[in-house]
Amino acid sequence: MTVPSNAPRSAVCEGNEAAAIAVGLARPDVVAVYPITPQSSLVEHLSQMIADGRLKADLMNVEGEHAVMCGLQGVALAGGRTFTATCGPGVAYMFEPYVRTPGLRLPMVASLVTRDLLSPQCVWGGQQDAMVVREAGWIQMHCESVQEILDTTVMAFKIAEHRDVMLPVNVCHDGNYLSFGVTRVEIPAQQDIDTFLGPPSVNWHVALDPQRPMAVDPLTGGAGGVGPRTFVRYRKGECRGMQNALRVIREVHAEWGARFGRHHAPLVEEYRLDDADYALVTIGSMTGAAKDAVDAARESGEPVGLIKIKTFRPFPLEAMVAALSKVKRVGVVDRSVSFGWNCGPAYQETLGALYHTGRPIAAASFIGGLAGADITVDHFARAIALTREATWEHKPDGPVWLNEND
Amino acid sequence: MQQQSRKHFDASSIPDDLAPIATVLSKMLPGNWRSMRPVIDRLKCVKCGLCWLYCPVQCVVEKPRWFDFDLAVCKGCGVCAQECPHRAIAMIEEAGQ
Repeated sequence: MTVPSNAPRSAVCEGNEAAAIAVGLARPDVVAVYPITPQSSLVEHLSQMIADGRLKADLMNVEGEHAVMCGLQGVALAGGRTFTATCGPGVAYMFEPYVRTPGLRLPMVASLVTRDLLSPQCVWGGQQDAMVVREAGWIQMHCESVQEILDTTVMAFKIAEHRDVMLPVNVCHDGNYLSFGVTRVEIPAQQDIDTFLGPPSVNWHVALDPQRPMAVDPLTGGAGGVGPRTFVRYRKGECRGMQNALRVIREVHAEWGARFGRHHAPLVEEYRLDDADYALVTIGSMTGAAKDAVDAARESGEPVGLIKIKTFRPFPLEAMVAALSKVKRVGVVDRSVSFGWNCGPAYQETLGALYHTGRPIAAASFIGGLAGADITVDHFARAIALTREATWEHKPDGPVWLNEND
Repeated sequence: MQQQSRKHFDASSIPDDLAPIATVLSKMLPGNWRSMRPVIDRLKCVKCGLCWLYCPVQCVVEKPRWFDFDLAVCKGCGVCAQECPHRAIAMIEEAGQ
């Protein structure tokens, strides 16, 4: 494929290729990868782009995901813009340097092509990996469509490198459904992305630089030396960066909409919610089928709406409270499990947001789509019907498992 | 590598709650916080050099007839005493200066 890149164009491609195209537009200095299903075609596309000279970046083919993240930390500390992609067991193997990256305040972008976790053995989609790492300090944005993957992946670099944020970003897209789902996408012109992103801004605060030697991440706090307050200060700083991200994510999405004409809800999307009595809450690609089910229910007179969480980390508390305040009952559909609470993780966090509405309402947890299972319009119709019947007085003793009999 | 948009280390503009860095060398050495110290029995030492090989902080120094320790650097881990085949090294508790 040889297309001049200085004009907007369109393509028909899978979600993984859309992510690769977006990374190409962001012009990283170094891409480090280790292939893993269902992410593999993403790094294959990137490798091809680099091999063909369409992306002038160094490709590090390393021995595993732990080395991927360690290598990229070094690149970022030297000032490079970086990218990687992984999922499931890959992010598990990456975990040690993965949790260190936000604390070093290194902006980088990593696609998380979400995959269910083992065991039982599976190589299919699910959001368990993203939910397991949701307290690692990375920003998490979940995409609904192939176009949203392309747009969000470019935006993620600007969000990560914003001076008030300086945190790594996981752009999450559902394994199988979005990674291999093929649609038409619009691709902005390279020069417009160059203007939008500007030059990298990565290591102005901490660096590997022989001209200015420093110890990066020395032993901090504890009983000797400076005391616990130093550790607390950095932790608070990280929390502040996350809260700043809520504003920056909105600003960057607004700028993207103004420049390129595509407006994605930055934090939380409200769908047919203003006159709704009750609503579903969704994350990621399941939202398409859920919106179809909401439309069908609306045609038969059901006052149902939908709340889609795009940004899950930092949790968009204010936007969720505004959305939840409009309804009297809510049903949250998760593609993962909270083993600690016997429900879905987004359900548990929705309960947390409901505290801030000051108004208790009935809430039901639905779990579907595990290990690549399809959550069909019929499954959502069932979730809608059960949410309509939910009452504050009769709380369920567990989640509804949507694919239990499939 | 692309040119960065911001100058490095404009110290006045770096918030103090970002990444932890250290630009001043601490003068603290392991000897400042060691709780046990090795003591050599000069008569038992045959200068086999095993302690010199094993010492993780390389504080073993050679004397004419025995090996000794640089107590500013020694962290008191006791590996030397454990490995000495002639039991020539004893670990004793630090008791003040």
